[in-house]
Amino acid sequence: MQAIRNFFKTFLLWELLRGMMVTGRYLVRKKFTIEYPEEKAPQSHRFRGLHALRRYPNGEERCIACKLCEAVCPALAITIDSAPREDGTRRTTRYEIDLFKCIYCGFCEESCPVDSIVETRVHEYFMEQRGDNIFTKPQLLAMGDKYEQQIAADRAADAPYR
Amino acid sequence: MAEFRNYTLNFGPQHPAAHGVLRLVLEMEGEVVRRADPHVGLLHRATEKLAESKPFNQSIPYMDRLDYVSMMCNEHAYVMAIERLLGLEVPIRAQYIRVMFDEITRILNHLMNVGTHALDVGAMAVMLYMFREREELMDVYEAVSGARMHAAYYRVGGVYRDLPNRMPQYQPSKYRSEADLKRLNEARQGSLLDFIEDFFDRFPKLIDEYETLLTDNRIWKQRLVGVGVVSPERALQMGMSGPMLRGSGIEWDLRKKQPYEVYDRLDFDIPVGVNGDCYDRYLVRINEMRQSTRIIKQCVQWLRENPGPVMADNHKVTPPSREQMKDDMESLIHHFKLFTEGYSVPPGEVYAAIEHPKGEFGIYLVSDGANKPYRVKIRASGFAHLSAMDEMARGHMLADVVAIIGTQDIVFGEIDR
Repeated sequence: MQAIRNFFKTFLLWELLRGMMVTGRYLVRKKFTIEYPEEKAPQSHRFRGLHALRRYPNGEERCIACKLCEAVCPALAITIDSAPREDGTRRTTRYEIDLFKCIYCGFCEESCPVDSIVETRVHEYFMEQRGDNIFTKPQLLAMGDKYEQQIAADRAADAPYR
Repeated sequence: MAEFRNYTLNFGPQHPAAHGVLRLVLEMEGEVVRRADPHVGLLHRATEKLAESKPFNQSIPYMDRLDYVSMMCNEHAYVMAIERLLGLEVPIRAQYIRVMFDEITRILNHLMNVGTHALDVGAMAVMLYMFREREELMDVYEAVSGARMHAAYYRVGGVYRDLPNRMPQYQPSKYRSEADLKRLNEARQGSLLDFIEDFFDRFPKLIDEYETLLTDNRIWKQRLVGVGVVSPERALQMGMSGPMLRGSGIEWDLRKKQPYEVYDRLDFDIPVGVNGDCYDRYLVRINEMRQSTRIIKQCVQWLRENPGPVMADNHKVTPPSREQMKDDMESLIHHFKLFTEGYSVPPGEVYAAIEHPKGEFGIYLVSDGANKPYRVKIRASGFAHLSAMDEMARGHMLADVVAIIGTQDIVFGEIDR
């Protein structure tokens, strides 16, 4: 009996037809692809993308040049110089992240005691020229100003876990 | 009579079926392989040496990049080695989370492996379906760690953050009707655990689909059955592990034989092959996915019922919470110490191995008492498998070499490290 069944299965391409049925069923089913540039895949509030430097609500920059992020960065991507400002507070005169070196591990954000350096949700960016990979302090602050609302909302959502 | 000479064929390093940067020098006699000589080192990034120059914690993100299709398992071995040297107790919830993510990683790896293996031997559809499921598991990775692949989620003393109670959702767009959006977001209404549970309720059915497409398929069988046969004795002699060893019929699984974390409390079986050919190894991988599903379901059940800390409460090693750090001077000092100097590990040496999706992945760590490892040796299972390439490919046709590369589950990140 088994032999007869196998004989017919061999010549009727049985298992190939069953495979085709699987693919055929997907032909008429709803698609699971998304229209990428207009539509995005869901993004977690813990997402680690491009960096930003934040400010306090009164406009003062948060970073106090403690250099913890520089020390913890596994890829040595962060460079910081600091000097006292006219009002006597310690501030960075230079805060640069080499985006080619950065491995987006999120340790800088984890280490920052004043929640200044953060990794935003931005992941679609590009460089046009050599040297654009160095993300300077004004650029970082501009990122922070632009996305502050989202950054703050994401940090608030994740606060119970950190 | 004319004299026939073997000729040498370079396979890779940029061959699409070479899974990365494998360079195989094949000595061919017609279409038959007489000798296969794998060349390694094209993806060498000196991970072991780099680890010697930075504090222990800072090497964790580099472990992700070893075997870049099973990220969290690599971290696990490294983190476990340090914990053993420190004698640090990990909270039980963190252990369950680690086990759950190890198994998710195993499924990610096997989906990738079987999918691309099928693609290499000519079956396109399976890979597309498998990558669809990978996408959802990547979402799980992202929800928990913030990165789709290079998670850096395991830490010495536990895991970085607890599982979120909210899944990210699809946003409305002009290409989606309301109902369509609702359908996409249906599984994402609850917490991460709900999402995982929902996925693994559906997953066994999807494995059945892959099996319908491959297991009995005559082309798939023609390409795999009897190809790259390894006898159990030779498998042991060549230092194979994981599905490569189990495919040859040896029941060896570190999760059972040397249980780490909470594997001894979980109920699962070890699938074992019979003939030791590529087809048996494929079946072993498929069945491992089913077993992983079982493990994950048990973990989800446990994690639902038992909330608790996910990080050891020893602030000489693990950073204090942010709230503590901002309120308490001593916590702030701990925070600064940990993120600059790190912690010192008592002198000694340790070998920690885990059952990686590809086999036994071990970290041999020597500490001289400093805040950096004195030496890290990474035992990558793929290296032993690749060294068996010559023996497995000898006497087979050129096209079978592709099938053998696929079945060996070669990823160059870990071989060249």
